[in-house]
Parts: sequence; structure tokens; C-alpha cells
Amino acid sequence: MFSAPILISAIVNGLLTGSVYALVALGLTLIYGVLHIINFAHGALLSAALFAAFFAYQKAGLDPYLALFLLAPAFFGFGYGLQRYLIGPAARGDERAMLLVTLGVAVLIENALLYAFRADTRTIDLPYAFKTVDVAFTFVAVPRLISFAVVFVVAFALWLIMTSTDTGKAIRAVAKEKLGAELAGIDVPHIYAITFGIGTACVAIAACLLIPTYYVNPSAGNAFVLIAFTIVVLGGMGSVPGALIGGFVIGIVESLGGFFFGESLGQAGIFLIFIAVLLVRPRGLFGASA
Amino acid sequence: MRGLLPIAVVVAGLAAVPLATQSNVVLNFLVVALMIALAGQGWNILGGYGGQYSFGHAAFFGTGAYTTAILQVHCDVNAWLGFLAGIAAGAAAGAVIGGLAFRAGLRSSYFALVTLAFAEVLRIFASVASITGAGVGLLIKLDLHPQAFQFRSRAIFYLVILALVAASLIIAHALERSRFGAWLVAVRENEDAARALGVDATAVKVVAMVISAAITAAAGCFYVQYFLFVDAPIAYGTWISIEALLTPIIGGAGTVFGALIGALVVKSIGEGAKFVTGDIPGLDLMTFGAVLVLVIGFAPRGLVGTFVDAREALARRVVSMRKSVRGATRG
Repeated sequence: MFSAPILISAIVNGLLTGSVYALVALGLTLIYGVLHIINFAHGALLSAALFAAFFAYQKAGLDPYLALFLLAPAFFGFGYGLQRYLIGPAARGDERAMLLVTLGVAVLIENALLYAFRADTRTIDLPYAFKTVDVAFTFVAVPRLISFAVVFVVAFALWLIMTSTDTGKAIRAVAKEKLGAELAGIDVPHIYAITFGIGTACVAIAACLLIPTYYVNPSAGNAFVLIAFTIVVLGGMGSVPGALIGGFVIGIVESLGGFFFGESLGQAGIFLIFIAVLLVRPRGLFGASA
Repeated sequence: MRGLLPIAVVVAGLAAVPLATQSNVVLNFLVVALMIALAGQGWNILGGYGGQYSFGHAAFFGTGAYTTAILQVHCDVNAWLGFLAGIAAGAAAGAVIGGLAFRAGLRSSYFALVTLAFAEVLRIFASVASITGAGVGLLIKLDLHPQAFQFRSRAIFYLVILALVAASLIIAHALERSRFGAWLVAVRENEDAARALGVDATAVKVVAMVISAAITAAAGCFYVQYFLFVDAPIAYGTWISIEALLTPIIGGAGTVFGALIGALVVKSIGEGAKFVTGDIPGLDLMTFGAVLVLVIGFAPRGLVGTFVDAREALARRVVSMRKSVRGATRG
């Protein structure tokens, strides 16, 4: 029953799903690493991005992989504005207030989507959605392979931004020592907003990668974000390599868990890992100190 | 006894409502609002006085609700006993979750995350386990007798939930005047300093969590008796986690009346939104989200806190005015 090809297929599928998880987690961990807030609005933003990608295809016929180049900057701007003009001023740097404000924004966005588009689940039909290729004993859908590749490109681009641009250096400076960065003349609210924007752009890219094979409804993003929280906690809050590796680990765990215990209990397994990591080693396996 | 008088006045005023109107719409609105106020008061003990923001109080609401329902449906236990057992089970859940989380030293965001995760795990298990009725939920037999905790008249239900809310107000009031309450507030304001002064912060937080969970569980038990139905999305859904924290935050976290005022405001807004949009869902919760952001932005101490601040500012101004008047008459 548990023959090698089935197991390998489950693992390959887990890796592919995990890559998108990693991308969502990347945005979350980046925001945490710099702003030291857990962005509870991440899931609602993902739902919003899924809707945007859906309508870009449905109304304008824009292929999701092309819409990516439009939605990523658009959501960067949205995230920038959200942090700069709403979350930042409302929370005034108080950690508990930030928690509540991002929760409020999440409730607001999710229910605005519910109000506008109802709870119906929608999907798009792409001509190539069901094309498969033969990879290591198993067939893999082309869109999932594309998303796997794109995630690595995005992660590499992010690494380039962080290491070789002035903005990237400023972001790292603020993450390390906020007061020092401020004294050195860095505009901290601006850097906060840029970081939030990058995190939101990651979500938009993830949405474009997901929409060919996934569905959209007002709470579609939540499933991903609870998983992304798990990944971020597992990989260490604020650790970028941790988010990538954690994403793949959770992807495989979910795939194997669903394979052995059925889908909904597989989900419970993820939460139990989450709780266990939080309780035993809240700094995560890769130990980036908060 | 100072402070008990306002509670007596407010409760007596609310108790007089059925004398004025027997309207089912009004009473139903108030029953649901008071139920949310009770759940919110539970959150307020831990979150408002203790500063530990739980994002998963559904874990306690749901445990109370399911315990009451399961004992009646599967074990034929009397509803009143089931009610007490539900509160006890909620308190036990609070002890387990609080014990694990606070012993592990989880604070602020981490604590919020772990409570959220516990509520989600419970929701998933409740939606597949057979004892909770899996996806179908549990239906309590209709038996309109006081000994079955079911009443023909909505007014009686209203008085029952009012009595529970009154008890929760008195608990908050007693907490404010007790040594334990002082420890709890000290932990909220500065945990390390409180520890340095010899407060066993972990124990204080766990005890607060148990009290908090028991009160929120009572709201869940009442939900089951009132609606005679429970399923996983109701019992362990995010809606109750959000409303339980929303009401005290809006009304005034860490105040006796915060949750009650917040619940009346939140439910009025919700009804208003429903009135505007009819059956289209979303607008009510959308306004809750907006109100939450606005309150944090403009009135971080909630309605009660803002009112107190305004009164103090006014009193100061009156004093300074009197002084200047006195100065002017002397000069």
C-alpha cells in the first residue's frame, strides 16, 4: 500500500505546495523581522490578491503569470500605504495595539470581500492548468512546477535587494538596531512601510502562482496564513532561510499527513507541530533571536 | 462597598427592560448582546487586567458549549448540572492551555498565536469526532421546563443571562479590589518588574486564565441552552474569539463595565449593518474591523477609559477655573 512511487509522489507534491507556503511565509517573516509584529492581516491580503488575480483573468483576460508583474507592484503600494498611513499611526509603536490593528484590518478586508463577492468559491480555467510532465516517478502539473521555479527567483531577487541596495541595507539596519538606524538618518516609518510593502508583494505573487490550480473565496487566504505562521515559527521568526526550509518541511508534512490520516486531520497535525514548536522552542529550529 | 452601587443600578435598570417591553426582537437582541458581554468579560479578566491578549477564546466558549450539549445528548445529565460541568470544563481547558503557554514563557504575539492555534485544533477535532456530532453538530431535545434549563418565556432567559453578567461584573469588581488583582495589573504593566518584586507572574497569569476561561465558557453553555444547537464553526469559530476581544477593547479593557458597554455597542452596530444590507453577510463584521482600528487609533482605552479621561480633564479645568476666579476676586 505504501509503495515507494506513491510516497515519492506525495513528497514531490509536498515540495511543490511547500514552495508557495514558503513564499507566503517569506512575507510574514520579513515583516516580523523588521517591524516585530505578527501581521494578522496577511491572510486577508492573500485573499484580496487571489480575487485580484481572478478578476484580472476573468475580466481582462490577463494570464496570471503576466498579472504577476502588475499585481506585485500594486500590492507593494497597497501594503506600503497600509503600514504608513493606517497601521503605523494607529498603533503608535505599542506591540499589543499593533496586534489588534492588524487583526482589525484582517477582519475588515476579509468581510469587505465577503460583502462584495459573497462566499461563493470561484476558479479559473486555464488551457494549460492540467498539463503535466513526468518528474521522478510521478506526474506534476505544469503550473505547480512554474510556481516552484518562481519562488526561487523571488527569493533570490529578495536576497539581492537585501544585500546590494541602499534600501536593503537600511531595512537590515532597522531590523538590527532601530534607534541606531534612526540616529544615522534612516527614515524608519518609510523603511517599515517598504518592508510591509515587500511582504504584501510576496503575497500578491503567491496569489498569482496559486490561482491557476487553486480556488478563491473571501477566506481562502486564511488556510495559507495559519500554515505560514507555523512555518515562520518553525523556521524562526524573522529568519528568511528558515521560512524557505520551513515551507518545504510543512509542505511535505501536510502531504504525508493527508496521505496517512486524511486531509482534515493532516491540517490538525500542522497545528499540533505549531503548538509543540511554540511551547518547546519558540525561537524556532533556526534560532533567529527576536 | 464603593463600586458595587453602580453595578446594582445598571443591573436593576437592565432587569426592568422586560417590564417595559415583551418584544421578542428587543429581548432577543439583549440576550445575544449580554451573552457576548459575558464572553467578553471573560476575555477582559485575562486581556484587560492581565494584558495577555488571547486570540482564541473560542477554545473556552466551545468547550463549555460542547460539554453542556454532550452531557445532555449522550449521557442524559440534567441541564443545570451540564451547565456547571461546562463551566468546569472550560476552566480546565484554561488551566491546560494557560499552564502550557505561560510555563513556556510565551508573551504577547506568541501567546496570541498559540491560543489561536489551540482553538483551531479543537475546531478541527470537533468537526470530525463522532461525540461532537462531527459536521452535523448536536441538537438538544426541546423540553420547555425550568428544570431542563429551558424557558417558555424569553424574558426568563434574559434574566438568567443578566444574572450571569451581573456575577461577572462583581467578579471583575472584586478582582480590582483584591491583592490578586493588583498582582495581575502589575504583570500587565511590567512583568519583569513584578517578578523582581516577588510576584509569581506565571502562577498569576495561569489563575487569571482559569477565571477568564470559566466566564467565557459560561457564555458558551448559555448559548447551547438558548439556541439548543451547537456545531464546530459556532463553538470553536473565529467569530467568538473576535467578538470576545472586541467588546472589552471597544468598551474599555481592564474596566468593570467595558465588556458590557462594548457588547451593546458592537451588537447595535451589527444590527444597524444588517438593517442596511439585509441578508448580505459581511458588512457587520466589516464595521467591527473598522471600529477596532478606529478605537485603537483614537481611543486606545476604550469608551469607558475615554469617558474617565474626559471627566478628569473636565474636573481639572473646573478646579483651575475656580482658582483663577478666586485669584481674580482677591486681586
